[in-house]
Parts: sequence; C-alpha cells; structure tokens
Amino acid sequence: MTLVDVRDLVKYYAGERSWFGLGRAKAPVRAVDGVSFTIAAGRTLGLVGESGSGKTTVGRTMLRLQEATSGTVLFEDNDVFALDATRLRTLRRRMQIVFQDPYSSLNPRMTVEETLREPLEIHRLNGAVSALLDEVGLDAAFAKRYPHELSGGQRQRVGIARALSVEPQFIVCDEPVSALDVSVQAQVLNLLADLQAKRHLTYLFIAHDLAVVRHIADDVAVMYLGKIVERAPAAEIYAQPRHPYTRALLSAVPEPNPHATQRRIVLAGDIPSPAYPPSGCPFHPRCPHPKKSERCRTEPPPLRPITPGHFAACHYGEEPM
Amino acid sequence: MNASVLLRVRDLKTYFVTEHGKGTARAVDDVSFDLYPGETLGIVGESGCGKTVTSLSILRLVPEPPGHVLPGSLIEFEGRNLLALSAPELRAVRGNQIAMIFQEPMTSLNPVFTVGDQIAEAAIIHQHLSRRAARARAIEMLRLVGIPDPDERVDHYPHQLSGGMRQRVMIAMALVCHPKVLIADEPTTALDVTIQAQILELLDRLQSELGMAVLLITHDLGVVAGHADRVVVMYAGRVVETAPTDTLFERPTHPYTEGLLAAVPRVDAPRARLHAIPGQVPAATAWPPGCRFHPRCPYAWEKCEAQEPPLLETGTPGHAARCWLVTEPERKR
Repeated sequence: MTLVDVRDLVKYYAGERSWFGLGRAKAPVRAVDGVSFTIAAGRTLGLVGESGSGKTTVGRTMLRLQEATSGTVLFEDNDVFALDATRLRTLRRRMQIVFQDPYSSLNPRMTVEETLREPLEIHRLNGAVSALLDEVGLDAAFAKRYPHELSGGQRQRVGIARALSVEPQFIVCDEPVSALDVSVQAQVLNLLADLQAKRHLTYLFIAHDLAVVRHIADDVAVMYLGKIVERAPAAEIYAQPRHPYTRALLSAVPEPNPHATQRRIVLAGDIPSPAYPPSGCPFHPRCPHPKKSERCRTEPPPLRPITPGHFAACHYGEEPM
Repeated sequence: MNASVLLRVRDLKTYFVTEHGKGTARAVDDVSFDLYPGETLGIVGESGCGKTVTSLSILRLVPEPPGHVLPGSLIEFEGRNLLALSAPELRAVRGNQIAMIFQEPMTSLNPVFTVGDQIAEAAIIHQHLSRRAARARAIEMLRLVGIPDPDERVDHYPHQLSGGMRQRVMIAMALVCHPKVLIADEPTTALDVTIQAQILELLDRLQSELGMAVLLITHDLGVVAGHADRVVVMYAGRVVETAPTDTLFERPTHPYTEGLLAAVPRVDAPRARLHAIPGQVPAATAWPPGCRFHPRCPYAWEKCEAQEPPLLETGTPGHAARCWLVTEPERKR
C-alpha cells in the first residue's frame, strides 16, 4: 500500500538581486524540478545525489519545513500542501525527520530528557523517556546529559529517539550517518534497520553515498540537478545501472579492495549551477556515454521505463556503455 | 634500506593540556613510521585517533600551547631532526621540501587574495622568483592541476571557484616548489564523490610525474586501497597495525582493522546488516589500560587488559600488529 505519494514536486528559490536588492534578479535556482515517486508502507526509498542535486530540499518540502513552489504530496490520501496549521500539526506527528548534523540539530541548552519530552508535550502524549533511550541503545543515565557531553553517534541516537517519540509512521532520514565515523555509522544504520522492522516504519533515506544506501534501501532514486535521473529497485540499480550518471557515481565509490577490477569512470567538469542548468539533458556536458548525440543537447529525456519497474532519463538507456 | 628513508618518525608524542585540570590529552602517543622516496603511505583511522595531529606535528604546526611535542620525539627529514631546527631553518623546509594540503579547501585559502597570488607566494619566498616569473609559474601550476583557462583563472578569488577547483588550487600551491614530500590530510573528504575521483586521479598523476612521496591521511579505507603502497592504521594515539596495502586488506590482523573493514558499506555486497564495532573511541585524556582497544575487542582476554602488546611482526615482510593474537593465535576462535 502506498503511504507517501509525491507528484511533480517543484521548488524554486528566487534569484538574488544585485545592488543590495535593487537590481535585476538573477535566474531562480531550480532546486527541485518536477520530482515524482511513491513509497509503500514499511519500505525504504534511498534518495541519492551530490551537493546541489536537490535531495535535501525534497525531504524538507515534503514535511513543509519549506513551502514547495508547486506539486502535490499525498500522505495516506491527505494532501499535505492543502492542510491548515492545526491539521498539519496533527499530521506532523506521523511524519518526522532525522537531520544530518547531530551537532547543530540538538538544542545545546536542553538536556536529552528535555529534548525528548518536548514533542511529547506538544502532542499531549504519554511516553517514557527511558523507554525511548533504551530503544535507541542509550543508557537511562543519558537523560540528564547535555549534547556537548555526547559523542556524534550518541547525539544521532538522541535525534532518532526524538523522531520516534511521537510514534510516526514515516521518517525522512536526511544524511543521518554522513557525519559519523565508519564504525559508528554501521551502528546507526543497523539501529535504523532494526527500528524499521520493529515499528513497521517507512523511510525516505537521503544520502550522497550509494554504498550506505545499499545497506538500507529497497528502492533507489538518483537525483541530478533537481531531477530524478534513475529510479529502480535497489538490487536492479546496483546490478545494472541504466543512466550514465548512476554508472559514474557507482564507479567512483572507493572500494576497500586493492584489486578492484572495476573500470573507473572519472567524470570531467563540475556539477553545473542549478540556476543555469544545461539545455536538453542536464547531464550532457559531463556525460561519458559513447552514443551521446545532438539530441542530448537539445531534447530533455523524460524519465521512462527501460525495463519494467526500472526508470531512467536517458535517450540511450537501453544501450550499454 | 635506512639510508634511503626520506622521512623518519620515531617515538612521536604530541600531548595537549586540557582546560581546568581535566588531564593531558595524549593525542599522539609513541608513533613511529618511515616514508620512502616516491611511495604513498596511507595513515588510516577514525576521528580522534591522532592521524591529523601526527601530520601537523611533522611540520610543527601544532599550536603551542596547548599542544606540545615531547622531548625524545624524532622527526628526521633527509637526516635532519625537524624538531630541532630554528624557525628560519624550518621555514626553508616547510612549504618548500615538505608541503601540505588540508581537508577544507574553503577555509584554507585566503579569501582576499587571488589564487594566482597565493600560488606564487611560495615560489617568491622559496625560489626567489620575480613577481612576473612567479605569476607565469602559477599559471603553469594551474594548467598542471587541470584547471581550464588558467590564464584567466589566475586572477580569480577563491569564492569564484567550486569546491573541486579550490582543492586543485590547494594542490597547485603545495606543489609549486616541487616538494619531496606531500602531506595530504583528508584531501577529498569535503568533496562530492565524482569530484573526489577527479582529485585522487590528479594526485596519482602528479605523483608519478613529479616523483614525490605522499603521506595520505584519511578515514576512508576505500581511498587507501586504491592509492597507498603501504598503510599505517592508528587507534587511540597508537599505531596498531602496519602493512603493505595488499597484505592489510587480505590479512587484517588487528581486531580493530578487521572490524573497520567489516564496517565499511560496500556497493558490491548484498543488502545485509553491517558489522559494527561496539562502543566508541575512548577520550584521549583517559585511554584504557593495557591494549587500548580491549574494551571494544571481541577477542580480548585478561592479558589484553593487563599488558599492552608491542607492535609484533606477523612473519609477512613489513607487516606488524599491536595485538597479542599474533603470538597466541589460538585465542581467536
């Protein structure tokens, strides 16, 4: 059953004005440019992309932490963007977020207990802080501590406990492990997987790291310059990526194996500015596909099924590289 | 063999005095390794293991106070102890024969000077080039590190460049005097993965063209696997394992190395639970007694708590691990 349905989500940021706000506005930044996907209850969609791809903005607009420019988000048939403040607050109980940086997303003046108590009070819930701490693998003694007394991994556990406190169905995990060391990252990823199984949670797992997503996602969507360029079940996308950008991303992950035989595709150039995306296929200036043609420069490729359930926005998605 | 060592680090101890008598943080505690000409030595470890302080100590960039390098430490470059040099003598080495690139290209460049000025500075100071010649050298360096339109870019300020371009500028700055040793401290950590691939490829190419030795400091075992000849693994201020890269990945011997390798998410592995190392890195003010890894080690027994093992040779050339399992392998079931 579909829990979250995102349709044609768009978020533009108004262009900056020069001359202290009096001059002509620059082109708007198209952070998210027509993104659609669904997530079934109890599943995890991994949303992958590099800086500026718009992946974080997708997560934030879905929860209305930022207002979208256009598009629709349905949460169990509730139109999230049409709700008034009261009903939005009720719905927020069921949609939560875990932020990337466990250093800046906790209030330094609140103890762990106060941090976890606050959402319970707002939503008038009875919940035990000690049970929450136990669930995320922290000793009850942590309740009295302040964030600066905790390590990065412990802070992220508190962030997860805060999200869990109101018993949500859906959690946006926005790069929850990218600030953590490898050994701690594994602990937190395992914790997220355990909680999902136990509480039947649904995740949107946002990450820049395809290897991390491999260990948690059922389906994967890859974003580039505000658009989804490929979407498929996880096993599919890792075994046979169809978009040249996904292939390059996969091949760029440094493998902890000195004899890795995989051919490395090193992309030329930088990611273009989302204020001035290239014409046609946004990836064409960096694309290493041998079939790259004039068509790529002029005609934007739609996200289309290459095989059943496997979508890619490439004119030559059927052809091997 | 000793004669050809380019940089020899012996018994390096760098401690920090913490505020209000919380004790001394023994960030780097008795670290030794050698760097040979032309090779890449990877230093791997997680936050707080002492890898960055090690690299800063080599160039004497540790702020004093609160930090200090203890007497008895030796950092020998081409036969001279860098720790005993006077300030002018040290300046002649730093940035000239030993250069460094830092993790954060955003904060390591000066925002009010053009990148050309910043690259040229070292050439003017160390090689006494004229301004005009130094500018020409800066353009040549920008070309070498693969920046398009170097004649134009030389007059740009850091904020006009992307993160990847800034890291290329950092590399150009470090290499302008053709150093014999390049210390690269997490050179790609702040970059996107496709840009990281570009920078690592660039470093490989420059190393083979210029023949320098590279000390590659990173938390990423994947980066080490693809780019280092030998590896030093650090934990809690100590070297816990050292080996040629192939040996380390085929036969990791220290339980920490083994655990770290198993914890790395891989794109080629099926979806499964990751192996996590329980607990966390202890504080540098209170390293555990005995083997510093024993509270997190799945194989630890009484001896590990009582007595810290030395670096023990495993029998494979160049491979040593600070673990009693080397002498008592039957303890590992």
